[in-house]
Amino acid sequence: MKHPITLTINGHRHDVEVEPRRTLADVIREECRLTGTHVGCEHGVCGACTVIVDGDPVRACLVFAVQAEGAQIRTVEGLAQGAQLHPLQQAFIDHHALQCGFCTAGFLMLSTALLERPAPPDDVELQEALSSNLCRCTGYKNILLAVRAASKVMHATSEAA
Amino acid sequence: MRSVAFQYHAPRSLDEALVTLAQVAAEDGRIIAGGQSLVPTMAFRFVRPGHLVDINRVAGLDRLHAEASTVPGRTAASELVIGATVRHAAFHRPVLAGPLGPLLTEVASHIAHYPIRMRGTFCGSLAHADPASEWCLVASTLDARLVLRSVRGERILEADEFFTGVMSTAIEPDELLVEARIPIPNPGVRLGFDEFSRRRGDFALAMALVSLECVDGRVRSPRIGVSGVEDRPRRIAEAEALLDGRIPADDLFRAVARAAAAAVDPLEQPQLPAIYRRELVESSVRRALERAWGPTGHGAR
Repeated sequence: MKHPITLTINGHRHDVEVEPRRTLADVIREECRLTGTHVGCEHGVCGACTVIVDGDPVRACLVFAVQAEGAQIRTVEGLAQGAQLHPLQQAFIDHHALQCGFCTAGFLMLSTALLERPAPPDDVELQEALSSNLCRCTGYKNILLAVRAASKVMHATSEAA
Repeated sequence: MRSVAFQYHAPRSLDEALVTLAQVAAEDGRIIAGGQSLVPTMAFRFVRPGHLVDINRVAGLDRLHAEASTVPGRTAASELVIGATVRHAAFHRPVLAGPLGPLLTEVASHIAHYPIRMRGTFCGSLAHADPASEWCLVASTLDARLVLRSVRGERILEADEFFTGVMSTAIEPDELLVEARIPIPNPGVRLGFDEFSRRRGDFALAMALVSLECVDGRVRSPRIGVSGVEDRPRRIAEAEALLDGRIPADDLFRAVARAAAAAVDPLEQPQLPAIYRRELVESSVRRALERAWGPTGHGAR
């Protein structure tokens, strides 16, 4: 039996009908047509499908879409403001933090949630949190450098504001 | 792979959840809370529930507080009550002063990864009963009580009655684990934890939790729990007996760790021979003892 649900993704309302067994990752991609969220391992290990649900980074393959009814969901498509890249996206380019790009959306959403916490994460917290997701080509060094750089930009901006 | 089709229920109250669960229990109806273990096992089709009863919207199950113990004769005056929807992330900062709060924070840091801890729940880990679950070790070693509710009433089980084997518990199909109650250790208790896994966030191959008091320079009331090794977590009586009443020393800790390693009957898995796990037990118990006793343990110095 399909359930009619409303998902709010990047501030936009999506009214869809889904079978309960469809994961949030699948529904974001196939019903809402937002294919920036990638699906890797489909069992919560790789983190490629990480999205932000009500402020927390979660594996979209480990949540059924029906469970996200009413939640505020953010995906990689919501990061840039028009042509203006999000500081994390710019930092990933500047620090060469991606090659094939498959894991990038997941790392960006994980990092966004981390950097939006009130206190900037220290290096130990950052390293621990970034170990959540798998990258199989760039390696983690440049991802760490990029997130650290973006953290400086974002927290400098929020202090100035 | 995708899970098999199931019917989804999202009750708003505990009574509604229990009635629904009773109705669907015979068709392999299951509770979903965080889903961080259940959903992958469904994706692999290891389990094929006909119904999921989602308790995330049930009011009142997110309680997390200290409460006077309801058990007469228990040494602990109060218990930490952990409701069914309390997430692992709730323990990222100590929830209590004294040794238990910081211990739970350290243990939580070993559970999977940050995004998993945002959704996965303490009680869900107990109900899933993976032998490599950190919270199951905590519940077993610290003598947690598990509160089960169904339309038939309430049962309260001790940890050693609750865990029955690999991913097996005494929970009946129509029962919901509504809360876990951990006795809050006396202020003088010292706690130490150690876990060995191959990668950060990976499943534990062995772990140990030690609780002890020191009175007049001697160890009193030691508890040594081991998990990730056998089919379920348990305290190792032989090792505890060797430690009880003795003066803490490195040689003693080594002997106790060897006794624990000799007492366990490790699961045999491909590439994980029993002898390897047995050696990990020795290392983990020794480190947990050293931590409980040393400056990095949790509790009074």
